[in-house]
Amino acid sequence: MQREFRGLNFDWITIILFLLLVGFGWLNIMSASHSGEITSYFDMSQPYGKQSVFIIFTLFLIVLILALDAKFYERFASIIYIISMLSLIGLFFFGKNVNGALGWYGVGGMTIQPSEFAKFATSLALAKYMSDLQTNMKTFKDQLKAVAFILLPAILILLQNDAGSTVVYAAFFFVFYREGLQQVYLVVAIFLIVLSVLALKFNVVVAVLVSAILIFGHHFFGQKKRPQIFQPIAILLVCILFSFGVKYFYNNILQFHQKDRISLWLRLEKDPTKLHDMKQTILYNLHESEKAISSGGLTGKGFMQGTRTTGKFVPEQHTDYIFSTVGEEWGFLGSALLVILFVALLLRILYLAELQKSTFSRVYGYCVASILFAHFMINIGMVMGLIPTIGIPLPFFSYGGSALWAFTILLFIFVKLDSNRINEW
Amino acid sequence: MRKLLLLSIIVIVGLVFIARLFYLQVYNEDPYSLFDDNAIRKVYDYPKRGYVYDRNDNLLVANQPSYDVMFIPREVKAMDTLEFCNLLKITKEDFIKFYDKAYRYSPRLPSVFIPQLSRIEYAVLQEKIRKYQGFYIQKRSLRDYQTTIGANVLGDIGEVNNYIIENEPYYKSGDLIGKQGVELSYEEVLRGVKGIKFIQKDRFNRDIGPYKDGIYDTLPQPGKDISITIDSKLQEYGELLMRHKHGGIIAIEPSSGEILAMVSAPSYNPNLLVGRQRSRNFSKLYTDTIAKPLFDRSLKAQYAPGSPFKVLSALVGLQENVVTTQDQFSCRGGYYLGSRRLTGCHAHASPLSMNQGIAQSCNAYFVNVYRRIIDKYDKPHDGMDVWSNHIKSFGLGDYLGYDLKIGNKGRIPDGDFYDKWYGKNRWSSTYNISNSIGQGEVEATPIQLANMVAAIANRGHFFTPHIIKKIEGQEIDEKYTTPNHTTIDKKHFEPVVQGMFDVYNTGTAYSLRVPGIDICGKTGTAENFKKIDGKTTQLTDHSIFVAFAPKDNPKIAIAVFVENGYWGSRFAGRIASLMIEKYIKGEVTMNSMENWILTHSLEDEYAKPYSGKPFGINRQSALQVIDKITKDTVINPISNRPSPFNQ
Repeated sequence: MQREFRGLNFDWITIILFLLLVGFGWLNIMSASHSGEITSYFDMSQPYGKQSVFIIFTLFLIVLILALDAKFYERFASIIYIISMLSLIGLFFFGKNVNGALGWYGVGGMTIQPSEFAKFATSLALAKYMSDLQTNMKTFKDQLKAVAFILLPAILILLQNDAGSTVVYAAFFFVFYREGLQQVYLVVAIFLIVLSVLALKFNVVVAVLVSAILIFGHHFFGQKKRPQIFQPIAILLVCILFSFGVKYFYNNILQFHQKDRISLWLRLEKDPTKLHDMKQTILYNLHESEKAISSGGLTGKGFMQGTRTTGKFVPEQHTDYIFSTVGEEWGFLGSALLVILFVALLLRILYLAELQKSTFSRVYGYCVASILFAHFMINIGMVMGLIPTIGIPLPFFSYGGSALWAFTILLFIFVKLDSNRINEW
Repeated sequence: MRKLLLLSIIVIVGLVFIARLFYLQVYNEDPYSLFDDNAIRKVYDYPKRGYVYDRNDNLLVANQPSYDVMFIPREVKAMDTLEFCNLLKITKEDFIKFYDKAYRYSPRLPSVFIPQLSRIEYAVLQEKIRKYQGFYIQKRSLRDYQTTIGANVLGDIGEVNNYIIENEPYYKSGDLIGKQGVELSYEEVLRGVKGIKFIQKDRFNRDIGPYKDGIYDTLPQPGKDISITIDSKLQEYGELLMRHKHGGIIAIEPSSGEILAMVSAPSYNPNLLVGRQRSRNFSKLYTDTIAKPLFDRSLKAQYAPGSPFKVLSALVGLQENVVTTQDQFSCRGGYYLGSRRLTGCHAHASPLSMNQGIAQSCNAYFVNVYRRIIDKYDKPHDGMDVWSNHIKSFGLGDYLGYDLKIGNKGRIPDGDFYDKWYGKNRWSSTYNISNSIGQGEVEATPIQLANMVAAIANRGHFFTPHIIKKIEGQEIDEKYTTPNHTTIDKKHFEPVVQGMFDVYNTGTAYSLRVPGIDICGKTGTAENFKKIDGKTTQLTDHSIFVAFAPKDNPKIAIAVFVENGYWGSRFAGRIASLMIEKYIKGEVTMNSMENWILTHSLEDEYAKPYSGKPFGINRQSALQVIDKITKDTVINPISNRPSPFNQ
């Protein structure tokens, strides 16, 4: 009796939030992708029909994940990670090229995107490594090892020309920081981001001046010891090099479309005719999605009533740009509710992660929250024009089997681990 | 602390997103309107435009279908281009030019290939259009004038301009709107209300079906037919008489204020402004700055009214009690102040009383009456105001309020006018005695003068002149059925009317009598000046005539202006008498008078000032004898006038 009770001791808040997101997502996919009358919810010629099937399959997947023993995931973490990495490497030989990225396996009529699954595999591996008693995240050696776990899939995915998915791996920084990474990394990270933006938006001289003021200010007023002059100068030199490096990277290494996206985000292009051209080309998606969201107003035009959605004005609207459908048809109330649902889910996961007694579960929970947060922030931020265009899906919401399954596995492994915390001592 | 980093970032990002959503959707957004949504195509269904009939129910303006050849560039398939070009009477180069232009505009959207085919061209093409994929024929409705007259009355329709589109939300780009005449005045009645269909588009601008199954769509309401007060036979006759002259005729039915004829010369065939040639013809008419065929002289031309104005001086004199019908004034070939002659006069018996003063059109008589009116008051300013108010009660000196949208105020000066001109109280009645005889500062348009005559014919009141007679299922404006009273008592009119009657019996229009009709009239000869090459030059006098008939129970009041026609009875008087006979008897018996008008042209006279050579006026007036004009003589206002530049 007691065992059975424990077996159903899942966190139902998480599960309900998950179901709400998937259901709401499905409604919007239907609205964004249907053409003509809706004859069947399982119409396999239409994206929403396929998504229905994906969702049904997801339910079986959940039962399977929850049925397995919680220890299975910790025990098989390494093997899952190795299989996942092999599947990424295999793409170079058997992969299918879609939209310029070599990220898919074609199986019959279906395609599978291994990079989506690599996220939970990496999370498991990282959790296992960091929960090892011999690992001390405060030491540089172990930090380097942990980073290697992330860099391997990140580099493989980058080589397959899917820069968007690579960016997500930066989210693991939050996990490291939670598990004892020194404060200085956070400061340096923020400092470098500010420096990059300054170097691009203004120029290297401004970036260097600002960093000089910060460094010397910190050096002379922050420290009590006798001031040394060589250390700050050395740091400044590094900053100068970094600023030039950023400029060089932007000008010579980035691909054209990536450069344009950053240029648009930082409003670097001032020539009105070029800007107009951009609106017709690379900015088109963003322009249309912002227009669709704006036209929703406070209460939206109603389910299946969005004129811009029906007219398919926003390309890729059922996948990466699904949020624009929510904005147009459900208005401010609906889209704000969606944001709140996501924030609630993320906070719930964080809360549960902190409750975990085993380090493995806690680290894994943190990985889940970090990855979901990265997707949430990048996707919605991109659709509303707050950050440069990075094409990644909105978890549980966007159309696509691989992403839905991968996120479900990612989340429900944690739900299973959480349900088992009573047994962990 | 370490636990809080991700947590706080999540909360901050959530708040930023909600703020951004609020900015985009609530703060930054105008209220949503289907009309502004470019994802919805608005397709308008245009109703039939109302027909226009004359007062005797003759159809003047109907509609005709016109056919545009349309095409969608990317749907055009390989075809026999040569045959197609031959059908449309274009060259292959044209074909390529039209195609490329439309393709650049949009390969997916329909463009006009050839606009406004004629019925015959359409008949030929219709058989074969199915062979040419991507091409189709779109029907549009144009105006079809059943007559060649009345261009200035009927007006025309044309595409709305940007100013109208911005200010009147009903009109969209490409809509047709009344531009002149009754088409403009009764635009809202004639046009009806267009229907609208909302159609959902996709991002390639293709239609993908009705928006919300058409619940917002509306059906068009057809335009209403109207009848106008014009007697098309009289109008046609008036236009015939005015050929080769510049000027205007207005005929009004005094008992109702209905405008029977409204002729502006030179005129043009209203059919010139329909169809493919519209803009070419319009610019030809528009750029003819000497004949100005688009300038409606009957409503807008502002002339010194000349002698017809004297009857008002007589009426005001009687009303102000400064003169009786028996008072006589002598005339020594003009009006003298001391030994200075202020105005001249022609030869006639002297002294004379009011009746003969009017009949003989004696200048001196009316200057005396005028001075008595002004000098009745202590200050000339007050006298001037009293005079001005009387005159203005005849509808002069301000817009009349008729239902056509163009016109002029005319000018009737008052005390302030001369105070401004000469300085306060630094003038007297002798400064502006020309006003008494319709010269000086007084000016009026033909329709104002015709209305003045109608008021005299009615012995003291007039109905605001109007062009509308009937609107299908609707009353006409009350303003046109309520009489306006002048400030002159009814009893003062009889002697003046008798005087005007004697103009025909014994006076200046003796030669214009019409057998069997008692006409009251008044001739007018108005000096006029024009700036030519920056120099003010006097030209041959305008010929003016006003009349009403019959004397009792009048049926028609008329004013005729013929520019540079020399004296009143020479052109204007003849035309007025012919018009009156035509209207009252239905036919013209005075053939020699009619012949004279139809065989004499003033074109040479009009060309004179522009010839660059020295020229004489009045006695040296150039009267040109031409072949008799008939109804079928083609009106071409541009070519019938000798061009000053080619000589």
